[in-house]
Formats: sequence, structure tokens, C-alpha cells
Amino acid sequence: MNYNLNYLFLGLFLIGALVVPLLPIVLAWFIAPKKPGPIKNEPYECGMQTEGDTWVQFRIHYYVFAILFVVFDVEALFLFPWTVIFKESGLGGLLAMGIFLAVLAVGLVYAWQEGALEWE
Amino acid sequence: MGIILPAWIAAVLWAILKMTVILVLAPVGMMYLTWLERKVIARIQDRFGPNRVGPYGLFQPLADGIKMLTKEDLVPTGADQLCHLLAPILIVIPALFLFTVLPFGPRLVAAPLTTGLLFFAAIGSSETLAIFMAGWGSRNKFSLLGAIRTAAQLIAYEVPFLLAIAVVPMIAGSLSLPDIVQAQQQSGWFVFTPWGFVGFLLVMTAGLAEVNRTPFDLPEAESEIVAGFHTEYSGMKFALFYMAEFLSALGLAGLLSVLFLGGWGGPQFGFLPPMLSDILWMGAKTFSLVFVMIWIRGTFPRFRIDQLLGFAWKVMIPMALVNLLGAALWSFWPGIGGTLLSLGLPAAAFLLTTQLWLQPKPVVTSKWAEYV
Repeated sequence: MNYNLNYLFLGLFLIGALVVPLLPIVLAWFIAPKKPGPIKNEPYECGMQTEGDTWVQFRIHYYVFAILFVVFDVEALFLFPWTVIFKESGLGGLLAMGIFLAVLAVGLVYAWQEGALEWE
Repeated sequence: MGIILPAWIAAVLWAILKMTVILVLAPVGMMYLTWLERKVIARIQDRFGPNRVGPYGLFQPLADGIKMLTKEDLVPTGADQLCHLLAPILIVIPALFLFTVLPFGPRLVAAPLTTGLLFFAAIGSSETLAIFMAGWGSRNKFSLLGAIRTAAQLIAYEVPFLLAIAVVPMIAGSLSLPDIVQAQQQSGWFVFTPWGFVGFLLVMTAGLAEVNRTPFDLPEAESEIVAGFHTEYSGMKFALFYMAEFLSALGLAGLLSVLFLGGWGGPQFGFLPPMLSDILWMGAKTFSLVFVMIWIRGTFPRFRIDQLLGFAWKVMIPMALVNLLGAALWSFWPGIGGTLLSLGLPAAAFLLTTQLWLQPKPVVTSKWAEYV
């Protein structure tokens, strides 16, 4: 099969896939009752009035995890092309990838030692 | 094909046919998955489960669907209307895309991409965005907490998931899912190799976390944050979140059977055409794994958030890294030496990391605590 045809299919599929969630939402829009009220539309907090704004800054600790994630996600990006040619590249390829992974593993060990992975 | 039709019309018609099959079968499969889950959980908890609507409650999913259609759609005041509406739509689409690359037979794959595995991982992880949109858009504190937790959890388990699936293309030499199955038809299922076994366990664990299923369903821990990111969703929008969760679970089970359990491979049934036999084997493997997931849900308690993140970063990532090395050694030194090394290294990594992880911590552990 033609290689580009696959991507044409995925493009068509995107349009088709839109129907699956949109159809029930539109149907429900016609069928479901619409009786909004001030109390009904309050944010649900177990019957309490909500206190203060919801959209606040959250803990910096999440960003530490996010940065670590970016490091390893980019690593995975480099890892996948290498996996395909792993057998042809032989020991040299393994060594090169091993050094690359080891550097990142040292980074993980450092983050662990510094307590970046602790959740308080 | 294409006796009278021009080639491009034939291609478009063929694409539409494949698309329709996926788009019809996936939601129907998901509906019966909800039925299966309720039945199995009920059996585990010594109940009957749905048994009123139709024989064995088989029409229960239809009744649920009709009920969902007639439920009022509530949007909280002050919510980000657009985010709130888009999130359920955007979460279902990637879940459907998962099935475009899953092979159900040598030629039964909708889009036989050469980078199928990478495509699957990329599409699967984009669901995080929709979940965060749902939590942020609802303007509810429970929703936002659930969404932030989800983001932290999904990115934490994304890394061991990617590192653990990377062992398969190393040995199979291809990122294309049909090629991976074909490689297993020559060498036997990958789950029976040491690195494959470790990889299977890692991918199963990380995958359960990726699709937010118990014991990793913290984003929707009822006892802590109501329903997490979908607290403010009702009616059909809620049903769409449910659908995305089940579709991703089904997709994950499919991926696991392709990567480690030999995909469509299996003894042919003599009385069936080979194509049907392939579909049966792939379906049987997928549904066995789905059953295991339901079984885990019925029996395991939920993780705590610090345990959850600690387990991903401190145990699973080192194990996945060592497993890569194990697979490489196994491939370079076939025989007993490589096998022992590729078994021993992950086992040693597991013992060491869990010891380090679980040892009592000093009083001041985090220098980040002061910035909270």
C-alpha cells in the first residue's frame, strides 16, 4: 500500500472520529431538558459555597516533575530511532546509547538525592 | 479492487469502509465492556450485577445510553465554556485513533504505519491535555485538583511506559505493529523471554496508570476529590469521558497482546478461514487482558499520591532502563549467560530501588518544601 495513503486515511479518520463524540452531544442537546438555576449551576463542593478563586497558582513541585519529564521524554524520542537499528549498529551503537542513557540516569540519581522526587 | 473505478475513488471508498468499521465497532465494544466490567466486579463482590434489562442484563448498556441522553447537561457558572465543551470531545478522538494502528491480522490493520508503535504512544499520551482542559474548564476545586494530579501521574508513568515498550522494537527491529507480530511468529511470544516478561509487567503497570484505572485511579478518587476532573460533567459529556477511559483500556490491552503476546498469532482453527481465526485470537488475548484489568480493579486498593509518584520515578524508571540493557545483553550473548543477566539485572534493580525507596526518610527531605 502507498505510504502516503495511510496518512490520508488518518486525516479522513479525524473527520470521522469527530462524529462519534459530536453526535451524542448534539442529540442530547435536543432531547435533554434545560432548566438551569443559580443554585443548580454552582460549582459542586459537597453543598458548601465555594471559597475564594479556583484558578490559583499551584505548587512549584509539579513543575519540578514536569521538567524531569521533559528530560526523559526527549530521551525516549532519541531512543526509538535507535531501537530500530539496534541490531545493525552492534556493540558500538549499544555503547553510544548506553553512555547517553547513563548520563540521564545520573541526572535521575541526582534529582532523587536532592529530594526533588519526594512528595510532601 | 478497482475493475471499473478509478484508483483514487477505490482508495477513498476503502478508507471510508475501514473507518466505519472502527467507528462503529469501538463504541459498541466499549458499551459491552461496561457490561462485562459490572458483571465481573459484581461476581467478585458477591453480587449479581445488572440482570434486569434483557437476558443477563445484556441490554443494560443501551438503557444506560438512553438514560444519559435524557440527562440535563449542567455547566457551572464561571466555567470556561469552551474548555468545558471541548474536553469530552477531545478525549474521545485520540482513544478512537488508537485502533487505527492495532493489527487484527496480517492485512487487517486500518493504517499499517511503519512508525505504528510511536504513533500509538503519542496519540495515547495526548489524552492528558483533554483531562487537564476538563479540570481547568470546570472551575471547581475538586476538578482542578483531579486534573493536576492526573497531569502529574500521567507524565510520571509516560516515561517508564515509553522505556519499557522500547525493548520490543530493539529485538523485533521495527516500529510497525504488524512487523512486531510477525517477528514473534518466528521467535515465539516475547513475554516468554526474560526482558519481555519484565517489559510486559512494566508496560501493564504503567499502562494501567496511563488509562487511569485502579489501583492508579487517583484522579477520580471518590473518597478524596469526589469524581476528580469530571466532577462537573453530567449527561452525555460524562458518558464520553467514560467511553474514552474504556476505549483506552481496550487499546492498551490490544497493544500489550501485540507487543508481548504474539498478536493475532495462534493455531489456526481448521473450520474457519484464516482471517477469522486471526481476529478470534487477537480478540481472545485482548479480552483476557481486559479481564485481568477488571480483576485488578476488583481486588486492589488505591495508591496514595506520594507512593504513586515515588513508584514511577524511583522504581519503574530505573527498572525500565536496566531492562533495556538486559534486552541488549540477551541479544548479544544468546544462551544461558545473556538470559541470566537479563533476568538478574531487573530483579536486582527492583530489590535495590524498592529498598532505597522504602527506607525511613530523614526529617528534612525536600529542599523544595520552602517554596510551596
